[in-house]
Amino acid sequence: MAKRVGIEVSLAIAEAAKLANTDVVAAYPITPQTHIVEHLAKLVADGELDAAYIPVESEHSAMSACLGASATGARTFTATAGQGLELMHEVLYVASSMQLPIVMAVANRALSSPLSVWGDHSDVMAVRDTGWIQIFVENGQEAVDNVLCAFRIGEDPKVLLPVMVHLDGFYLSHVIEPVLFPEQSLVDKFIPPYKYPMPLHPDKPVTMGAFGPPIIYTETKKAQEVNLRASKEVILQCWAEFGKTFKRHYSPIESYRTEGAKVLLLTMGSFSETAMTAIDRMREKGKEVGLVRIRLWRPFPFEEFRQAVSNAETIVVVDRALSFGGPVGPVCSEVRSALYDEKQKPKVVSFVAGLGGRDITPAGFEEIVNRGIEISQKGSENEFEIFGVRG
Amino acid sequence: MISKSRLIEIRWHGRGGQGAVTSAELVAQAAISEGKYAQAFPSFGPERRGAPVLAFVRIDSQQPIKIRAEIAQPDIVVVLDPGLLSIVNVASGLKENGIVIMNTKKSFQDVGATLKAKCRLAKVDATTIAREVLGVPITNTTMVGALIKASGVVELESLVEPLQNRFGRLAERNINAMKKAYEDTEVKE
Repeated sequence: MAKRVGIEVSLAIAEAAKLANTDVVAAYPITPQTHIVEHLAKLVADGELDAAYIPVESEHSAMSACLGASATGARTFTATAGQGLELMHEVLYVASSMQLPIVMAVANRALSSPLSVWGDHSDVMAVRDTGWIQIFVENGQEAVDNVLCAFRIGEDPKVLLPVMVHLDGFYLSHVIEPVLFPEQSLVDKFIPPYKYPMPLHPDKPVTMGAFGPPIIYTETKKAQEVNLRASKEVILQCWAEFGKTFKRHYSPIESYRTEGAKVLLLTMGSFSETAMTAIDRMREKGKEVGLVRIRLWRPFPFEEFRQAVSNAETIVVVDRALSFGGPVGPVCSEVRSALYDEKQKPKVVSFVAGLGGRDITPAGFEEIVNRGIEISQKGSENEFEIFGVRG
Repeated sequence: MISKSRLIEIRWHGRGGQGAVTSAELVAQAAISEGKYAQAFPSFGPERRGAPVLAFVRIDSQQPIKIRAEIAQPDIVVVLDPGLLSIVNVASGLKENGIVIMNTKKSFQDVGATLKAKCRLAKVDATTIAREVLGVPITNTTMVGALIKASGVVELESLVEPLQNRFGRLAERNINAMKKAYEDTEVKE
């Protein structure tokens, strides 16, 4: 029987990595992710998880150690946040290019300066183009479920890519909530043993990440791009299989009360739950508004997204990061791009909100939607608006 | 008694090191063990020992909780440290018919005069109980007893397992402190 437990989401994620029989964890602590790797260290020390825990001196080293471990064919997990993710940056590209299916939980955090340990999506957006599969979760249950899915997706021989599971720092990482832990035997069946096709081994040497002169570099990058896009099929199959086994269902784009809605709010991450409450309240007032949430950030699910918003006249996008000097919020850029060639295009209004741990309340989301409708009708002199900013 | 059929929001006021966050976690775990939905989380900041801190609990017996923001309009406020009353407006945003549950040696009249808020009150001398039963003036688990007496948000028995998991061999004393506070808490409607 699945067990329902009141547990901090960070600890639940560590337990999920344990359920997945992780072989190697290499990590460096950083708020708000620390409890994840702290708990994994404890599980290993207590003998509950038979894994090698490699404490390192920085996140750059953490990801580098993960590369080596994964290349030998070990199931590898790590977690980081904010500045830590930035310090890993160059190594992230290596993981995806060398097709190493490392799973990493990212407790999304703002970037300095000013120093902020609090949550937003600045760190995510800076690693958008690193070639990792990137999945957003909205609560602890989804975090556990998608850490399990991440191993199965990444390690699929048709994919072999690293996967980030994004959870909002503090808003999820530090919250105690109910989580259903699936049975070990079902997890064992769900995630087949990891078999890396060409593992590093002294008896059978291979070269990985070799020199790529101009004559081959473009081809390797095209292959990588084709592979990442193609991974969507495996992701869909994985979620379908997960739904069958564990009765919880995931899709690249998820809709909430969109029936008959001409106005759609669009969010990504844990704030989507608060947004649902705002939608409920607006529906009670007779407003025909709905919510669309992006779960699969990379590869971006263009088809599913266009389908989900096909009846909308206005989409109000709430970003939790800035693209300094750019067009609109980073998610909104993708949304606009995805719709540019459509015959019937909705108006797309961009808001940036919830930076550095600033709460967006249900009332805040209502205000954003109302302002968004006003902008879509009357226009605005700004490319986008930062919600709730003083002065 | 607070209605059991809707979302209940609880805000804890304590000082860094007094265990407000732990109390919040224990109450949420107790609620979850009763099959309810609950969330507990701290006010996220660079808290220092002794500085005023907040922790939050939401409990819903019917449906999953779909709010991820601090609690600005609580149904219930629990105050672990009597000294906070003069430096923090603990009743800030309290809902109509809300209740403030105080650790205090003072009378309802004195507490009411300092609070300057129209609300229901409950009180217990948690510091004395904690000193006597635990041997230290850490009032977090004691005040959980006061919360349960004044609000009935969870059953007293539901706290036993979370306390045992959390405190191990020290659990029994914490359970006793909680039960003593449960008995001693007075409620003024």
